Amino acid sequence: MSRRLSEVFAQTKSANRAALIGYLPAGFPTPDASVELMNAMIDAGVDAIEVGLPYSDPLMDGADIQFAVDAALSAGTTTDVVLDVVRRLDGERAAILVMSYWNPIERYGVERFAVALAAAGGNGVITPDLTPEEAGPWLAATKANEIDRIFLVAPSSTDDRIVTVVNNTSGFVYAASTMGVTGARSQVGAGAQGLVARARLATDLPIAVGLGVSTGAQAHEVAAYSDGVIVGSAFVRCIRQAADLPAALAAVRNFAGELAEGVHR
Amino acid sequence: MTTVSTAAVSGHYGPYGGRFVPEALTAALDELDAAFRSAIVDPNFIARLTELERSYTGRPSPLTRADRFAAHCGGARVYLKREDLNHTGSHKINNAIGQALLTQRMGKTRMIAETGAGQHGVATATAAALLGLECTVFMGEEDTRRQALNVVRMQLLGAEVFSVTAGSRTLKDAINEAMRDWVSTVERTHYVLGTVTGPAPFPEIVRYFQSVVGREARKQIQEAEGRLPDAVIACVGGGSNAMGLFSGFIDDPSVQLRGYEAGGDGVETGRHAARFAAGSPGVLHGTRTYVMQDEWGQTIASHSISAGLDYPGVGPEHSWLHDTGRATYEPINDDEAMEAFALLSRTEGIIPAIETAHALAGAMRVGRELGSDAVLLLNLSGRGDKDVATAARWFGIGAPEGIEMSEGR
Repeated sequence: MSRRLSEVFAQTKSANRAALIGYLPAGFPTPDASVELMNAMIDAGVDAIEVGLPYSDPLMDGADIQFAVDAALSAGTTTDVVLDVVRRLDGERAAILVMSYWNPIERYGVERFAVALAAAGGNGVITPDLTPEEAGPWLAATKANEIDRIFLVAPSSTDDRIVTVVNNTSGFVYAASTMGVTGARSQVGAGAQGLVARARLATDLPIAVGLGVSTGAQAHEVAAYSDGVIVGSAFVRCIRQAADLPAALAAVRNFAGELAEGVHR
Repeated sequence: MTTVSTAAVSGHYGPYGGRFVPEALTAALDELDAAFRSAIVDPNFIARLTELERSYTGRPSPLTRADRFAAHCGGARVYLKREDLNHTGSHKINNAIGQALLTQRMGKTRMIAETGAGQHGVATATAAALLGLECTVFMGEEDTRRQALNVVRMQLLGAEVFSVTAGSRTLKDAINEAMRDWVSTVERTHYVLGTVTGPAPFPEIVRYFQSVVGREARKQIQEAEGRLPDAVIACVGGGSNAMGLFSGFIDDPSVQLRGYEAGGDGVETGRHAARFAAGSPGVLHGTRTYVMQDEWGQTIASHSISAGLDYPGVGPEHSWLHDTGRATYEPINDDEAMEAFALLSRTEGIIPAIETAHALAGAMRVGRELGSDAVLLLNLSGRGDKDVATAARWFGIGAPEGIEMSEGR
């Protein structure tokens, strides 16, 4: 297990707030710019960065992230580039996670990826299309390299499934707030709070809520019952709407600041 | 009705298959698995399925001996399993009706489907109309253009056709979009996957509903020849028509299983859909199987004149049959397929689907290889009406004045 994530959650808990976890795809809009943008998020108070590994078939993602990963792939963002982005992030001030669909990791080599990520300073990996049943070699590789492996629970997960998932998870549990794909929504799924409550019965791990959070007010609402708030598409949208990189940096800083206020209880 | 798949152990076929999906879909896949397993031991379900196969689909489909075409296959005796004569014109209806009945059994009111050539979309729209279910079909924009006739058919049947503009705008992107819809609407929606791929239990379910092809064909060929064929032959996109036919003969070691994938412009050009000739094991659309991918695991867009074979993955059981050597797979280029398309049309009076033409070109190879004593059985998986405009352009046939030949460009 990486100690970095448990440190982050211990710190935020003692500060009476939820951790703020921000997602951007590596390489969007370019590899260099993505490093600047993610470090700007850290400057503005993000506690953990989720570095997206761009994949050609992102079937859990909505339109904003699809657009961003297409752009990142067009900009030449390979797995090695993603690892380089991880290396260049400010890991002193934030935990660094990778979020990846499974095929790029399997293709890179499960053990090789875990070793390379640890060497680059990464602390954990979120795998949205990998469930514990198919994860045998991944469980071993992450354990051997002290990488946290974060699986997801969903509103449709049965209580038995939740037990299986959390027993194979380390770092924190990712609770998908709604039945759907990524994307900013006007309301966070009503089932999120119940899901967090069900997951709490099964684990002492921190539980972070993702999918649909796009405002400081929503972050505040979710922080009231969870240990972490995950925001992705709304950051991508900030960047899509900006005229140039300086404007994008300003927008991302401003938005991360709003969210960092929001996660205080 | 049939046995389970050769190697289906908790949805795996050797190292292939499995379930690589968002956790949100796990419950729906478990529900589907339970509904499927209870249905196939329920005499009422089987009776309803069998009756629809008989009175609606038109089963059993005939077996046609094709002597004039066989003259071009080294003189071997060639039999065609006529899935083109099914209602809606292809084998796809077998699976669509089966899964529509499962949809009803689960108490769901809406079906979604992906489609490439449009045959599965038409079949699903048809089954939805028959059973009074809502239906949305996801189709890549590129495919809505080259299969414009089928888009209209689906709309006439009351389905909504969603044109997918993401990625390569073909079948793989339609599957992504269908999955996105499904995860958001799963409480009332069943995803009718059209081929033997995707997360478990889809490969097993689709194989089950298509196995009627192999079961009938095995009986028919024995009646006609007094023996089993030397080879059974099918085209392989996702691989459902092939798996349906192969399933009747997998346990007969004397029968060769021959699958033909799309070689497009030629495997050496990179513009093809030859997963076995040029792909490698990976994970795509919820299953581990042979995939066209680059060194980083990014999916490579496929290419074929046939929309139905234009897919960078393949069913996981085919990957297992490939690795074990039980079945062999070869690419057929666009030009070979179109030559066979023309040949069958002119020698037998049957215009095949361009997908099926790949199997016909394969039969010409196998026949020459095995010689005149051989008996070949080919799955004539679909009819070619939908491909008339593509074929006209390929062969440079002009339409008589006043006849519209456009594909909706």
